[in-house]
Amino acid sequence: MLALSRWKILLVLASALFGLIFTLPNLLPDNVLETVPAWLPHDRLSLGLDLRGGSYLLMEVDTDALNQERLTNLTEDVRTKLRVAQINFANLGLQGEVVSVQVPDAGQFQQAVKLLSSQIGGQLTTGGRDVNVAQKPGQVIEISYVPEAAREAAKDAVARSIEIIRRRIDALGATNPSITGQGASRIVIEAPGESDPERLKAVIGKTAKLTFQLVDTTLSPDDLKAGRIPPDDEVLPSDDQHQPYYVVKRRVMVDGGMLTEASAGHDPETGEPDINFAFNGVGAQRFGEATSENVGKPFAIVIDRRVLSAPNIQGPIMGGSGLIHGSFTEESAHDLALVLKTGALPAPLKVEEQHTVGAELGADAVKAGQISILIGAALILTFIVLSYGLFGGFAAVALAVNGLMIVGFMSLFHATLTLPGVAGLLLTLAVAVDANVLIYERMRDEARAGRPAMAAADAGFSRALTTIIDANVTTVVAAVIMFWLGAGPVRGFALTLLIGVLSSVFTAVLITQVLIGWWFRATRAKKLPIV
Amino acid sequence: MWPLIKLIPTKTKVPFVSLSRLFATLSILAAIATIGGVFYPGLNLGIDFKGGTVVEFNTGAKPADLARVRDVVNGLNLGDVQVQRFGADNDAVVRFQTPKGADTSATAASATANRVKAAITGALGQVTFSRTDVVGPEVSGELMQKGIVALLTSIGLMLIYIWFRFELQFGLGAVVALFHDLTLSFGLILLLRLEFSLNLIAALLTIIGYSMNDTVVVFDRLRENRRKYKRMPLRDLIDLSVNETLSRTVITGLTALLALSGLAIFGGESLRPLSIVLLFGIVIGTYSSIYVASPIVLLWGVRRDDEPARPIGPQPANLVRRP
Repeated sequence: MLALSRWKILLVLASALFGLIFTLPNLLPDNVLETVPAWLPHDRLSLGLDLRGGSYLLMEVDTDALNQERLTNLTEDVRTKLRVAQINFANLGLQGEVVSVQVPDAGQFQQAVKLLSSQIGGQLTTGGRDVNVAQKPGQVIEISYVPEAAREAAKDAVARSIEIIRRRIDALGATNPSITGQGASRIVIEAPGESDPERLKAVIGKTAKLTFQLVDTTLSPDDLKAGRIPPDDEVLPSDDQHQPYYVVKRRVMVDGGMLTEASAGHDPETGEPDINFAFNGVGAQRFGEATSENVGKPFAIVIDRRVLSAPNIQGPIMGGSGLIHGSFTEESAHDLALVLKTGALPAPLKVEEQHTVGAELGADAVKAGQISILIGAALILTFIVLSYGLFGGFAAVALAVNGLMIVGFMSLFHATLTLPGVAGLLLTLAVAVDANVLIYERMRDEARAGRPAMAAADAGFSRALTTIIDANVTTVVAAVIMFWLGAGPVRGFALTLLIGVLSSVFTAVLITQVLIGWWFRATRAKKLPIV
Repeated sequence: MWPLIKLIPTKTKVPFVSLSRLFATLSILAAIATIGGVFYPGLNLGIDFKGGTVVEFNTGAKPADLARVRDVVNGLNLGDVQVQRFGADNDAVVRFQTPKGADTSATAASATANRVKAAITGALGQVTFSRTDVVGPEVSGELMQKGIVALLTSIGLMLIYIWFRFELQFGLGAVVALFHDLTLSFGLILLLRLEFSLNLIAALLTIIGYSMNDTVVVFDRLRENRRKYKRMPLRDLIDLSVNETLSRTVITGLTALLALSGLAIFGGESLRPLSIVLLFGIVIGTYSSIYVASPIVLLWGVRRDDEPARPIGPQPANLVRRP
């Protein structure tokens, strides 16, 4: 094995060169890196959020709420379609996930089935309708979504949510956020750098469903106390301290989907922050109609099922623009205008996981990581040289190249270095040394068994190799599983360990081999320096 | 050239096997204590696995007044709130679990964290919030499941690998050693009341890898010596193999300990549990390859008659010694 073939030497030189070139961008300061020719790599190791500070958010699209809303819409759709076709119906309602309706007239029953089968619901992307219309005994029609429909709706909701979140974050001015879908109904947001995570979360997580609903002023306080609320009314909580809730009509006069503009401003008289808004053509027309029909009555401005304020309609508002007053601060007015403008999320979002690391803690962690690596590496190098002398020095050279290769590979793959990843890196160095220890101990054994130096060294390499591979397969298996398990930092640990073990075995076996081969050629030694 | 340090004399003859009864007893006692400890007091699950919120803050020049913080945060009715020092005097963490059935919508969760932060700022004045972690009940459940699956899968894969590379008896020894190391590492986690987190699962997986690595090296030598010294009793064969690999075992173990020592001391508070468990795992992994894996092989016995008797006389080299 110590016979140095040309390819072995080439491979060693190539790997050292590779490590050096790809590690270099990490060591150069920014202004020097800019002067490096473009054909050389410029990619640096990316640091995990735990090292540079930033926020990680895992949000889940509330599919239950999404489903409920789709079913409610379906029910309303059935009502409208039957009314328009002048079909008499009774007992329209939602039972679990099924909309059921009774058509008492036998003649109209088939007409209703035909109408609903062709006009309710929409198309699946795979073809076919997304609803199932079934006839039940007693002139009852049951309409339900097919299972694929829920999946498609969730997928669509995630895609739309990502789009809306991106627009909201961009408007907030966060730097380089990464927003990706995960699984069927989740969204991962990673925003590096100094940003207020609570504000980020509040802006991202606000559904921002804006509706204008009439306040029901006919209800007496006694009825309200007794819970006698008409079926077309609902009770909504309010931000107003004098009136903690309002009874409003369920029917939405106009909703935020028709907004074209929303911006924060100030009330010219009081100077308090408020929000200007403007509707598109259809919205303006509906708003105009609704306000002219209800002059003198109060209407509620509702966001995410909370009443912001309920001003009286002074007169018809025809221009399609208006003002929202509320108890705003500068920031909350700005953020609300922002989310109104970017549109409502298709469904509420739940925070499933959040990790925020302040920039200071990140900087401390980087420092801690650097010190740990320096100390670990220094101790290992000293120990290996003390234990094996010159050959230990060879192992140390291999270890250095190994370090370059690991950093080089990680920069090349844009792998993320996390704080646990630093632990992985250190363990890797130990694994690399282990390979050399196995080889050298084997050489000692062979030399003691009476083999001449060269043959003992040779046997050391070839005999130890199977053991080295046997022993490292186990670490590789563990690392692959960790990567699969991986959430953020642990994944960083696994990746570092994996790249490290592979590169360690390579460098520890091959580089020391070439160095020892050269040494034998140069000195023609008759005795191993480690015996 | 300076004289090389030799931690282990060139030829050792430690009667490992005859000491194994004593150590086996110790190991079994430790394992029983651990299993008992899992039931009482039980694992100190971190928010990764049981959900909840951790807010870490730094009070700058003055030390954090934990009693004040405890008072104001308890006033928020968040249920069981823990307030603890975290490393230095001016660092502290507040932990609480999301109350059952609480509104976990983005706005509500954000409001809770904000209330806690406002309460802390109100009590202590200007502080830096260095870290906020929130894990919802759904994700923590999944992480728990994934963690268990990961541990079981890696043990399973190790089994398959060992079964593939060695005979059954060796495999059994390696697996018992593996469970031994895992159990005792859990024991340490219980003893030190370390917060059981994803990081510790990573540490345990690494320990599985290291423990196997160490055992494999000893077994490799055992297998080789078995072919070399056909007439030697298994007991002596094990002693010989462990002694022959002792120098490597000690040097490698020490290297790994040295590599991680910097991390354990300077790596910061959040990484300390990981490095402590890893350090312990290296020690215990080394111990178990000598005192658990090999004695099990002896206990079970290696069937040596399955190797066909070869005619006496010179044999091809590759049959006498195979790596």
